[in-house]
Amino acid sequence: MAFVALGQGSAGNSSAPKKASRVAFILLAPGMIYLGLFFLTPLVSLVITSLKTASFTGEIGMYDYGFQVSNYAYALDQYLPQITRSFIYALIATLMALLISYPIAYFIGVKARNKPILQAFLLTLVIAPFFISFLLRTFAWKQIFSNESPATQFLQSIGVLAPDQYVIGSSFAVIAGLTYNFIPFMTLPIYTSLERLDTRLVEAGADLYATPVQTFWKVTFPLSLPGVISGTLLTFIPISGDYVSASRDFLGGSDTAMIGNVVEANFFRIQDYPTASALSVMLMAAIVVLVSVYVRKSGTEELL
Amino acid sequence: MKFSLGKWLLPTYVTLAFIFTMIPIGYTFVFSFNKVEKSNIAWKEFTFDNWLNMCDQPVVCEAFGNSLAIAVISTLISTALGTAIAIALGRYKFKGRSATNLLLFLPMATPEVVMGAGLAAQFLNVGISKGFWTIVVAHVMFTLSFVVVTVKARVATLDPRLEEAGRDLYANASSVFWRITFPLLLPGIMAAAMLSFALSFDDFIITQFNSGPETTFPKFVYTAAARGIPPEANVIGSLVFIVAIAIVMIVQVRASLKAKKLRA
Repeated sequence: MAFVALGQGSAGNSSAPKKASRVAFILLAPGMIYLGLFFLTPLVSLVITSLKTASFTGEIGMYDYGFQVSNYAYALDQYLPQITRSFIYALIATLMALLISYPIAYFIGVKARNKPILQAFLLTLVIAPFFISFLLRTFAWKQIFSNESPATQFLQSIGVLAPDQYVIGSSFAVIAGLTYNFIPFMTLPIYTSLERLDTRLVEAGADLYATPVQTFWKVTFPLSLPGVISGTLLTFIPISGDYVSASRDFLGGSDTAMIGNVVEANFFRIQDYPTASALSVMLMAAIVVLVSVYVRKSGTEELL
Repeated sequence: MKFSLGKWLLPTYVTLAFIFTMIPIGYTFVFSFNKVEKSNIAWKEFTFDNWLNMCDQPVVCEAFGNSLAIAVISTLISTALGTAIAIALGRYKFKGRSATNLLLFLPMATPEVVMGAGLAAQFLNVGISKGFWTIVVAHVMFTLSFVVVTVKARVATLDPRLEEAGRDLYANASSVFWRITFPLLLPGIMAAAMLSFALSFDDFIITQFNSGPETTFPKFVYTAAARGIPPEANVIGSLVFIVAIAIVMIVQVRASLKAKKLRA
């Protein structure tokens, strides 16, 4: 993994007193054992389950331990459209969230810097959506996009939508819902980066006859890059696995299903645990590869 | 001074963006006052009934109670475990620090559906039946890293000389911790606990995979969405929102009052 170079921190602690390292061990052990038991081994369970074979009794939901690699081929073959759709939706929604969030973060972190009350108020507005269940918020979008809603009727009356054309169930509705739900995850890290931005650097850019646009791209944006990177990861990763917005009970339709919807359906409705697990393993593998490449390209190692 | 477009562009954009983010909150609130016969999709008539009788749909209130109980228990556990890890990371040198950091970072970089399905597959393979406590186990797992990150930031601001001073004055290790370290870390621990509570309370995906027959508030809303969410759910959502905003405002006002006192 590219996030942290393994084994780096061990240098120089030979001089650390024995007792201190025992205290550290006692502090660390319970939490790390917990993560080992309930985060790491479940990932192993997922791989084991993804290789199981159908039980020869033929009972629904019963599987035997095995090494059926073809489960992966089957999952890919059956659900390739949903897999690609997940990443396309996640990419578009992440970019949309960035477009909406960056100006907000810039305004709060730079423009409102010397107005603490305004800053506190706006930050509260940023996190306000967190305080209302995200399922209720997504359902509110269902109401807004619904066929009887004033918004839909307005769009139909001005001719943006044909009389028999609706927003609900479309890719647009799903991506809008995904974008909306993850805006705070994008805004907060960018805000944190911009808050620390030394405005004298921006002034220096202006002094050297750079236009505001040039200064932004040469000074401000590069300095906010760590925030942009964490923000895009914090939105892209959860969106790629989300299945609420794309669900047909919320904003989705007959062809908006994402990988999460398929995992959910295989796990609960058909109880095809091997396929559900194989899809999850592939999603995880894709995320690990994408994130490693992305983090290495953008040159930020320190994320925690 | 001439009118400049550039000067107004950003504030206008930001205002519009905030209106966009507030619309669904407004909708949830408004529709909690809707008089509903079949589905709460379109507006019918104004009524206070949903607020006055919000437990008329007993399932909603039961689900809400479960969510609160799960959030409280899992927050207590993950805050305790996470604070210990944060102190170890911030205060001690030890072997395997990078591996520790990696293991803490991974849950935050894993899609919920993967963690949820993985833990569910494990419960299935081991033969544990799912319910209230498996949800707690799952919530502690995914909130732990967020607690560590939040408390670690506070540990980094601690002045180690304060603890040294305590030891110089013959305080033993436990009284140094409880009378110096812990009180100084408390704001960070509280922030972490609030974050953990909010994450647990609002979690749906991991919960769905590990809940079995147990309902939580988000799970109830998800299941109800097919038939139409009862307005009582909007009432509870709006109530939680009001309480949470009130808490944030109290915290901020207190912080700014404290800052004023320090300046005076």
